[in-house]
Formats: sequence, C-alpha cells, structure tokens
Amino acid sequence: MALSTPASGIKLGGGRRPPQERLRGQGPRSNESGEAARSSNLWRDGLRRLRKNRLAMAGGVVILLLCLVAVFADVLAPLPYTKTNFGRLNEAPSREFPLGTDQVGRDLLSRMIYGARVSMLVGLGAQIIVVLIGVPIGALSGYLGGRADICLTRFIDVMYAFPRLLFVILVMSALGAGLTNIFIAIGLTGWVGIARQTRAQVLAIKEKEFVDGARALGAGFGRLLTRHILPNALTPIVVSVTFGIPEAIFTEAALSFIGVGINPPTPSWGQMVGEGQQYIRSYWHLCVFPSIAIAVTMLSFTFFGDGVRDALDPKLK
Amino acid sequence: MFQYIVARALWLVPTLLAMALVTFLVMHATPGSPLDPVAEGANPLSPEAQKNLAEIYGLDKPLPEQFAIFLGKAARGDFGTSFVYKTRTVAEILRETFPVSLLLGALALALAVVGGLALGILAAVYQNRMWDYVSVSLATVGVAVPNFVLAVFLIILFSFVVPLFPTGGWNSPRDWVLPTVTLALAPMGIIARFTRASMLEVIRADFTLTARAKGLGERAVIFKHALKNAFIPVVTLLGPMFAAVGTGSFFVESIFRVPGMGRFFVLSMTGRDYPMIMAVILTYGAFLAVMNLVVDLLYGALDPRIRY
Repeated sequence: MALSTPASGIKLGGGRRPPQERLRGQGPRSNESGEAARSSNLWRDGLRRLRKNRLAMAGGVVILLLCLVAVFADVLAPLPYTKTNFGRLNEAPSREFPLGTDQVGRDLLSRMIYGARVSMLVGLGAQIIVVLIGVPIGALSGYLGGRADICLTRFIDVMYAFPRLLFVILVMSALGAGLTNIFIAIGLTGWVGIARQTRAQVLAIKEKEFVDGARALGAGFGRLLTRHILPNALTPIVVSVTFGIPEAIFTEAALSFIGVGINPPTPSWGQMVGEGQQYIRSYWHLCVFPSIAIAVTMLSFTFFGDGVRDALDPKLK
Repeated sequence: MFQYIVARALWLVPTLLAMALVTFLVMHATPGSPLDPVAEGANPLSPEAQKNLAEIYGLDKPLPEQFAIFLGKAARGDFGTSFVYKTRTVAEILRETFPVSLLLGALALALAVVGGLALGILAAVYQNRMWDYVSVSLATVGVAVPNFVLAVFLIILFSFVVPLFPTGGWNSPRDWVLPTVTLALAPMGIIARFTRASMLEVIRADFTLTARAKGLGERAVIFKHALKNAFIPVVTLLGPMFAAVGTGSFFVESIFRVPGMGRFFVLSMTGRDYPMIMAVILTYGAFLAVMNLVVDLLYGALDPRIRY
C-alpha cells in the first residue's frame, strides 16, 4: 500500500474488508473509524456534499423513518394485519380506524405499516443479491477478458433486449408468488446492469500504473482484484445500488399489483393498490393511501439517490 | 449505409431466437402444467384426459422437438391456439388487441416527446426560475412514481374531483386521455430531463453566442440553433422509451380497462397459456428490436457526423 495511488480511497481501511461489506458501511451516516476518520477522502467529501443537499437529506430522513416503521411494525401497528372484522367493511377513515378498513374489515393503517416491511425488505435485500451476483461476474469478465468476456457481453446484450419487467413477470409466474421468489426474480434480472458497470470500471482501472505497480510487487490475481481494482471501482457501483433500491421496490409493487408478487394475506402496498383500484369509485381510501405510500417512498429514494450520485461523482451529473 | 441496415436486420434473427429460447425454458423448467385446472381446489383431470390433451397440444413430445415445432410454425405466423381462450387462435387475439396497444403506445409516445421537449426547453431557457422548478418537479414525479400509482391519482383528480374524463373504457377519444397521460408521464419526465441538460450545454456553447452576437432574436437562437443540436442526444432515449411504454401498458391497460395486448399478457401469465405467452413476448421483443433499429437510423439521419 506504500504506492501512491490516484484515488486515495484505496487507503481507507477498506482493504481488509470484502467490497460488499464496505458498501453497506458507506451509508450516509456511517462513521468511518480508525485511520480513515483522520484524512479527507472521497467518502468523507461525498458525505459532506450530501449533507448540504437538502432534498437528499429530506429523502434520507423519510427512508430512515420507513426503515424504523418496517423494523418496529409489530409494535406500531394497532391491530394484526390479518384481523378481520366483518361488521366494519370498507369503512372510510375514522377515529377508530385512522385510514379506514378494507374489503374484509382489516385495519388499513396496520396493513400499511406491515407493507413498509415488505417494501424495505425487497428494496434492500434484492440489492444485496444483485451486488453479490453482478459485481463478481462483471469484475471477472472485465479483468480476464478474452472468450469469457465476449460470452458475457453477448449474454448481457440479449438480456437488455428483453424488457426487464416482462422478464421478471415471466420468472415470477413460473416460480409462483412469494417473497423469496421475488428476491430470486429480481436477482436473476437485476445483476446485468451492475455487472456491466463493474466490467467497464475494471476494464479502465486494470490498465492504470498503480495496478502494474502492485503486480510488479508480487500481488496475486485475487489480491489485485479485491484490494486494488475493486475499491477504486466502487463509486459507480454505490450509485447504481442507490438507484437499484427504488427500482426493486417498484418491481415488487408492480408484481403484487398484478397478483404475482407477495402472497396474501401478507400485505404489500402494490397489492393493496391493485385490489383497491377495483373499488376506486365507491371506496377511494382503499387504493389512495397505499398509492401515497408508494409515491412518497419512490420519491424519497430518487431524491436520496440523486444526492448520492452528485455527492460522489459531480461529473456524472 | 445499406449494408449496415441489412446487418442490423439480420441480427434480429438470433436475438429473437435467444428470446424465444429463454422464454420457452423458463416456462417449461418449472413445476406445474397447463393441464392442471386453473382454479384452486378444482377436480383434477383424469390421467387419460390429460394424456389426450397433451397429445392435441403437442405437450407430450420431448422439449427440443416442441421448441422446433413452435419455431417452424411461428415463422409462418402461426402461434397455435390459446390454452385459456380455447376457441380462438393466438394470432386472432393478437390481431385484435395489438392495434389497440399500438394506438395507446403511439399516443403516449407522441405526448411524451412533445411534452418532454417543451418542458425541457422551458426549464433550460428559464434556468433556476419558476418554469424550471415546475418542469423539473413534474419530470421527477413522472420518472419516480410507478404508473399504476399515477393512474390512481389521475382518476381521483380528473374523474371524481373534477369529472372531466371517464375512469376507463376505450370507445371514444375522451376515453383515451387518461390512459395516454398516465403512460406518457414517465417517458416525458426522462425526455424533459435530458432535453434540459443538453439544452443548457448548447445554450452556453460558442456557436449560440455567435448567433446572438450577429443579432438574432431569442426565438431564432433557441429554435433554429440550440434545439437542433440539443435534440440529438434525446433521440438515443427513444429506444428505451418504447420499452417503457410497452411494459407500462400492462398496468395502464388493466386499470383503465383498455382491450389491448397488455391485459391479455397478464391473464395468460397466471393461466400458463404457453402459446399466448410466447407470442406476446416475441411480439414485444420484435417490436422493440425494430424500433431500436429505426432510432439508430434516425440518429444517423439527424447527425451528419455519424457514419455507418
């Protein structure tokens, strides 16, 4: 590590940890410990720029709140999400049921609260899978080149010709509805974009002098890739993950909307909109509240994602 | 140029083949069969009946053979009979529904391009003033919020609060408004963002300064000099736009009860209607690939610097 590298990011303590772990550690409010805290570096500069972006911070606060709601759903929800009450069907919002009740008399507020759990789980969980598949494949393909690389780029081209949502729906209808299958479907289709990003980055970085330097000092293949190349390729990967989260949330909502996503009775916002919009004329509250929830979540992630992108790489703007 | 078109057109064949193969494999690699009753808890068919049905639909043959038969027929435009709508062939259903989807898609795309360009230009010309904020917020909402959620808001606003348009149907041009707007908002937002960025760049360029310096009016500078150049990067977006409008139409069509292909696609998915699924996916795929080619050619026509 004595080499002077173009990106000082390589020095910060990230070396010993695998890239995925670093990714999660680089959230907006994480405090880098130890040696990293002292020096000014890419991530600290980015964090400072992000803090100044009010829209992004507002988005971040909403996301944080949603995560809290998701984690403490059991405590926050006034009623269990399966509790039916056939005496009180399709009631408009009232003091007793702040957001009203649904077709079988379940409390809408409670279902919305549990719905946050599904959205957050899919948004964050699916991205972990996408990163775990996409980054290694992209990195290897970019680093090794040759026939493997050609195969991968051809495959990526075909996957790009497929409208993504179409393919996810296809996979879901084959696997059947359910949370695990949503992870699989999003993972199967989502890694392509991130693999492409990683490949392009690795291709560019592997030609740099500091990589030659490390190789000359005797660094092996694995060490070169994980400690010298990938840490420097991280910025676009982080950005693409921040945008991947709302996309995964959207995908889950869309799947549940058409009925191939989350299995009832587990509530999901998309599923609630899908069921509620059939009664939009008589019971507007059934689909309006989950719609607002989806809209607010998506906008928060978009603002936050835009902020992260601008903070980490002002050039990308 | 001619050579380029031919080469690209030939590339369509392997792309579609790969798509057909992937779809075919995903459909057949999973448990469950279209011969099982669709409804839950219904009586299963007797083994003999299942066997007979499998023979009729060719499902008893080995998979590679099934695939080959499918390809042979599909090349002649024969996609077989729908498993769910047993009296109608897939080609019939498509012939009926595709034009509806095409009309909806074309309307939405036209609105997206015109609206997106207008918003983008306004935002760039009035940078950091009210029009800029209005246009950027509209673009952000359009891009970030899923179209079925937008549909709910639009129905509430324009069918209930201000009863201007019906909540669904596809009979008169008045029915077209809400589905078109819903479908157009996302691509419109993307186009507006790109137009704004590329206009801002062009407005600061030297040749725009020259145009101003020689005394041209603001209108001529913006429309004759800036817009022409700003438009080029926007054209590349049109390819992905087609995809967004295509997949978006599943949701929009089912919410607004538009009798298009998207609704049938969703129905065929849940009913394991193999012939229908294959046909719909391939139709979308072929359509998108052709449109991408058209966009590439358009790009070359607009920008004389590009040679094939």
